[in-house]
Amino acid sequence: MKIVVTIKQVPETSNVKMDPETGTMIRSGVETVVNPLDLYALEAALRIKETLGGTITAITMGPPSAEKALREAIAMGCDNGALVSDKKFGGSDTWATSYTLAQAIKTLGHFDLILAGERATDGDTAQVGPGIASWLDIPLVTYGTKIEIDSKASLVVERLMEEGYQRVAVPLPALVTVVKEIGFPRLPTLRGKISSKAAEIKLLNTENMELDPTSLGLKGSPTKVVKIDTPKVTRGGKLVHAQGEDGVVKAVDELMEFLAAKELV
Amino acid sequence: MSFVWTIAEQFEGRLKDVSFELLSRGRALADKLDTKLAAVLIGDKVSEKALEELIHRGADEVYSIQDPKLADFVCDSYSRILSQIIKQYKPEIIIAAATTLGRTLMPHVAIKVNAGLTADCTELDIEPETGNLLQTRPAIGGNIMATIKTPNHRPQMSTVRPKSSRPLALDPTRVGKIIQVPVTPEMTATQLKVLGYRKDAENFVNLEEADVVIAGGKGMKKGENFALLRGIADQLGGVIGASRDAVDRGWIGYPHQIGLSGKTVSPKLYMSAGVSGSIQHLAGIKTSEVIVAINSDAEASILKIADFGIVGDLFEVLPEFNSRLAARKEAGK
Repeated sequence: MKIVVTIKQVPETSNVKMDPETGTMIRSGVETVVNPLDLYALEAALRIKETLGGTITAITMGPPSAEKALREAIAMGCDNGALVSDKKFGGSDTWATSYTLAQAIKTLGHFDLILAGERATDGDTAQVGPGIASWLDIPLVTYGTKIEIDSKASLVVERLMEEGYQRVAVPLPALVTVVKEIGFPRLPTLRGKISSKAAEIKLLNTENMELDPTSLGLKGSPTKVVKIDTPKVTRGGKLVHAQGEDGVVKAVDELMEFLAAKELV
Repeated sequence: MSFVWTIAEQFEGRLKDVSFELLSRGRALADKLDTKLAAVLIGDKVSEKALEELIHRGADEVYSIQDPKLADFVCDSYSRILSQIIKQYKPEIIIAAATTLGRTLMPHVAIKVNAGLTADCTELDIEPETGNLLQTRPAIGGNIMATIKTPNHRPQMSTVRPKSSRPLALDPTRVGKIIQVPVTPEMTATQLKVLGYRKDAENFVNLEEADVVIAGGKGMKKGENFALLRGIADQLGGVIGASRDAVDRGWIGYPHQIGLSGKTVSPKLYMSAGVSGSIQHLAGIKTSEVIVAINSDAEASILKIADFGIVGDLFEVLPEFNSRLAARKEAGK
């Protein structure tokens, strides 16, 4: 089984600080990590490899420094990495990103399965995974919570949707995006960390990929950002203290009044 | 004819509410552009009467593409059909819901028809000079709002979150046209096979489409204590949500998780107890209409964004609130 996992390097958001003056995110000194939701895709790939054997290639598109994300994926157990990086890819929206990644995956050669996280925590669109499947014209299953290996030619995927879990049989090659329920991501091992340092990272760019130059980067992106606003962080709400028995009753009194005024009770 | 389209959704032959919510968004845009609004429904066993409701709630036309093979959403056949009718009728704008269907189908179709797509828009408007669609969406965990347009590609495609707009009032005098699109075997062909559904009551919840969400966090101390929240949710007709802390401790299942690695909710009322309000959790609740939070720590971030915050012990406040709700219900009878 040859598995490709698409990952993205994102700002580490758990310690994000906001500038109280401007309301913007303080980006300087913000660490980058592998998109936390991609760790589930990596975990799913590693579990399939444990059952069926094969190789796992982690692929990412980004600046040269995104190589770090690939080395982290290799430390978890991936076999190798591919870095899709070129100045001409800068400013890509999800349409251009999925095109470039699809072409990169084609360049890598044969694959059976592509796994992706549901979305990235920075852009939050969930569009690149489905976009890659569309470009490659392979079956797509999203929101995967469980992958059962039916045979080397097909999978049964359980996906979380509004009405419950849908079970779908999908022939390979296919692209599956997964959510947290797929399994808790393992930590990199010491051996993995050591081998990741020497692991091969293939560089893919406009020199060694077949690409339509009009579909790349900012120029090739159908969507254009025209304005960025920073919304107010606080909503200016009411705060009451519920201290002691009386305090609790009084606080709940006020809560009931508040909800009644909003026609919520 | 430059149309605005909305993508209606059905499950087991019943139209989902989000189909009507999208029409109120679509109607406003179609009126600004002085054009027609059409709803597109791909599915099976949706009655003529139900399709008429789409007209009564704002649509001028309904494209109905129905076949037993289209009963369940699978991306390949739905995408082929939608792409085909887009190429045939050339709509200007297509709006779908940011549901598991919309967030799968729309990015797939956007590639096939060479269109721009913007996810999770909170606001849609028309730029007066150009007639372009202006799409506003939160990014970076809701910390910025970006306005996006697609000047040179058609259609302009967007998804919007369920519950982010209200359906128009039913107007039975509205007239429109239902167009039954003939379905050929080539259109319904799929490589995917839906084997069935599993609905595990204990562990399953439709958070995104709930009007009321009552969420618990680390402060709930153990899984059994979520019963306190259930009592309140039942009285308010709501569902249970949870922070990542609570889910990771195994107190409640992942389908309940709200936030960056869980679901984004936009209910009329979001109420939390013992949730401190990490930036990831807040990203998932920011589009709620009203936020109420109970936390023992007066400095908790969630109290800073709440419309109504209570600093106190949730094990004192929740039972009192629960009995007051019960008393109110009793008095109302």
